[in-house]
Amino acid sequence: MKASTEGEQSRDSNDRGVSRRDFLKATGSGIFIYFSVGEVPLLQREAQSRGASPGLPSDFNAFLKIGENGRVSCFTGKIEMGQGPITSLAQELADELDVALEAVDMVMGDTDLCPWDMGTFGSMTTRFFGPPLRAAAAKARQVLLELASENLGVPVVHLAVENGVVFDKANTAHHVLYGQLARGKRIERQVTQQAVTKKPPEFKIIGKPVLRRDARAKVTGAAKYAGDVQLPGMVYAKLLRPPAHGARLIDVDLSEAKKVPGVEIVREDDFIAVFHKYPDVAEIALSKVRARFDTPPPIVDDTTIFEHLLKVAPEGRIVAQGGSVEEGERAAKTIFEETYLDGYKAHAPIEPHTAVAEISGGKITVWGSTQTPFGAKDEVAKVLQIPPANVRVITPFVGGGFGGKTTNLQIVEAARCARLCGKPVQVAWSRKEEFFFDSFRPAAVIKIRSGLSAAGGIAFWDYRVYFAGDRGSQHFYDIPHHKTTAYNPSWVGPKGSHPFATGPWRAPANNTNTFARESHIDTIAAKAGIDPIEFRLRNFADEKMKRVVLAAAEKAGWTPAKAPSGRGFGVACGIDAGTYVAAIAEVDVDKTTGRVKTKRVVCAQDMGQVINPEGATIQMEGCITMGLGYALTEDIHFKGGEILDANFDTYEIPRFSWMPKIDTVILDRQDDPPQGGGEPAIIVMGAVIGNAIFDAVGARLHQMPMNPGRVREALK
Amino acid sequence: MEEKLQFKLNGKQTTLTVDSDRMLLWVLRTDLGLTGTKYGCGESHCGACTVLVDNEAVRSCMTPVKDVRGKEVVTIEGLGRDGSLHPVQRAFMDTDALQCGYCTPGMIMNAYAFLRKNPRPTPTEIVLAMDDNLCRCGAHTRIVQAIQDAAAKMRGGS
Repeated sequence: MKASTEGEQSRDSNDRGVSRRDFLKATGSGIFIYFSVGEVPLLQREAQSRGASPGLPSDFNAFLKIGENGRVSCFTGKIEMGQGPITSLAQELADELDVALEAVDMVMGDTDLCPWDMGTFGSMTTRFFGPPLRAAAAKARQVLLELASENLGVPVVHLAVENGVVFDKANTAHHVLYGQLARGKRIERQVTQQAVTKKPPEFKIIGKPVLRRDARAKVTGAAKYAGDVQLPGMVYAKLLRPPAHGARLIDVDLSEAKKVPGVEIVREDDFIAVFHKYPDVAEIALSKVRARFDTPPPIVDDTTIFEHLLKVAPEGRIVAQGGSVEEGERAAKTIFEETYLDGYKAHAPIEPHTAVAEISGGKITVWGSTQTPFGAKDEVAKVLQIPPANVRVITPFVGGGFGGKTTNLQIVEAARCARLCGKPVQVAWSRKEEFFFDSFRPAAVIKIRSGLSAAGGIAFWDYRVYFAGDRGSQHFYDIPHHKTTAYNPSWVGPKGSHPFATGPWRAPANNTNTFARESHIDTIAAKAGIDPIEFRLRNFADEKMKRVVLAAAEKAGWTPAKAPSGRGFGVACGIDAGTYVAAIAEVDVDKTTGRVKTKRVVCAQDMGQVINPEGATIQMEGCITMGLGYALTEDIHFKGGEILDANFDTYEIPRFSWMPKIDTVILDRQDDPPQGGGEPAIIVMGAVIGNAIFDAVGARLHQMPMNPGRVREALK
Repeated sequence: MEEKLQFKLNGKQTTLTVDSDRMLLWVLRTDLGLTGTKYGCGESHCGACTVLVDNEAVRSCMTPVKDVRGKEVVTIEGLGRDGSLHPVQRAFMDTDALQCGYCTPGMIMNAYAFLRKNPRPTPTEIVLAMDDNLCRCGAHTRIVQAIQDAAAKMRGGS
């Protein structure tokens, strides 16, 4: 990511940040193309509700600059956390504008340089940001061609562009560079209507595999993450933490801690911060703080949580329905009734939440590991009670997010610390703090009643999801009578439900929903005595899903057999972020230990147009790998508000020795609009493993993770 | 206890006055400004902090700095020579063996130490050698490929 230091920063910012004029001042001369992503109505609503002052750029949320040096910059509030937009967005821009990929700079996640953006999550960057970015690039190309026509005295129709050089098709020596055309100019254009963009056959860079542009910085240690920002005079803060969520500080003795040389301790109510120029010494000093907390007695733990959630569940909301479940029940030959459970999961990025804050000249600058820099900006403004215009959030490389870095507590803490101690401060959470403050994927219960008809179809489907969220709760099977109800349709629960924070976790809700739905479909197929793929193909309501499952089956070399066949083959499919995905897994189950070894995973997806096939494949591999964790081991252990997992020794995430052979297939749909890529392939992992276990040993697991204990239990 | 400590760091003699009980990770990152070595767990579980001490991969988060007295420490910043990348670094780039990149320095240092001992590893040996280095993005299969490619390159003498 390019450091964002070009030019003077604006000082006369309005409430929200900076006006269009400020952007121009901040970014020097050149050609500017403003464009907006689907989020703009939201932006305007936000601006209105905040009573923003006039001049606020509420009609765009990203822009391009073609500079005098010929470099092309894209300013966007999106961030790079490993998912690859620093490469894929640059590809789209370069291709549409006819410049070399190397000529593109992505300026990302800096709230002073980039217009407002909602955040980086939901597999939305490529889907929703890509198309308007291409339109903006096409618009820029058009403006540059018009300027070149004037400059060269050649009509636009006789001009062509290659690598940022415009030339006369009849005389290639007669040319002018993009940078020359931008020289000394300030041209502004807004993309208001859909510009004509290139068609797939014209692509030179889009759709071609490209290696990561940030790789060199990352393999040399040069890439800067929030914790690598070190400012003159900076101190590290360690904060006093309660032993459990809900615990209240009763009294505290700081005397021993204060004896540590060089330490400074500041208290603001229950917020007690220990500062030192070395983080490890601050940690030692913190360990000498004697504090007593009043911890409420635990009401729930990781075994009783499901019962508790069912008890406190709010009224259901119907997500989808058709026909009459009662009628379907009467028509059913066999009725199935199953309950599926999923425990809390941590995001566990290897980089814990980290932030550095510096207050200077009435303005605070925060470098934070965040997926939502603009959200963080508002949070800081609120807690310090200063105008948002006086807050700048800069997002360096983010060491993994997965949804967990949409919460910004560490940024708020760093801001508070910087004000309290008057020096630049770094707050870097320990692994224990990361587990404690994580907004977990919620524990959830799913109850399904269904029926098999005499004709071998699914007679009815009554699906109730409690607390997972409704994303991915809808089925795509041909079922005459069905109803899907969500009891608390969000991954965040009302007070009194979850004992700690919950939030979006890579493909939120869909992992849990797909586990339940696809496990259940397998159960019906097994009862019907039909091969699980054959059963699905017969009952799909969706041709696209058929194609995806067939693609996976073909790649896997699937031969039909009814489960349990003893082979250990499983299948599962689902839809997430507009992408259709199907997986086939092969497992070995050790009946004595209950240990499951995943030997092979084949995954096929239809994600529409693919910008960077290499990047998309890597995201699929990452999803498959990460998904093995929630399927097999990951589970937060807790007692009331006390989180018992503090590190990777008890919270086991996937390792090298778990790796199956992975095969990925991306269906060729270059003429379709692009869909999500960062999340979809993870949704099938629970069900595909569960179904493969059933096929291997005939035992059906209804709860994730499917750890050795649960496998042994199911085998009894 | 504060004391004067000497060791070789990325090829250069380094003298520090430091509380020698402090962990190497923090001394590298804060006192010496070498931030390529990362904190991931603080308890030797994840390997993000892996550096070389006399060519052995060690977890710097649990290595007191006094343990490297008189020894040779190499961090990710010291692996390449004269601005060119080490074959392991190059292989990680070429196989796209990283995503967020946060575990990458530790992965590379561990792989480097392993390949010194075993220049002709099988994929299974690579998996075993890397098993205690954690990656959350799921770059594992590509990392194994990268190490294999690097091994071939290094045997070829480049």
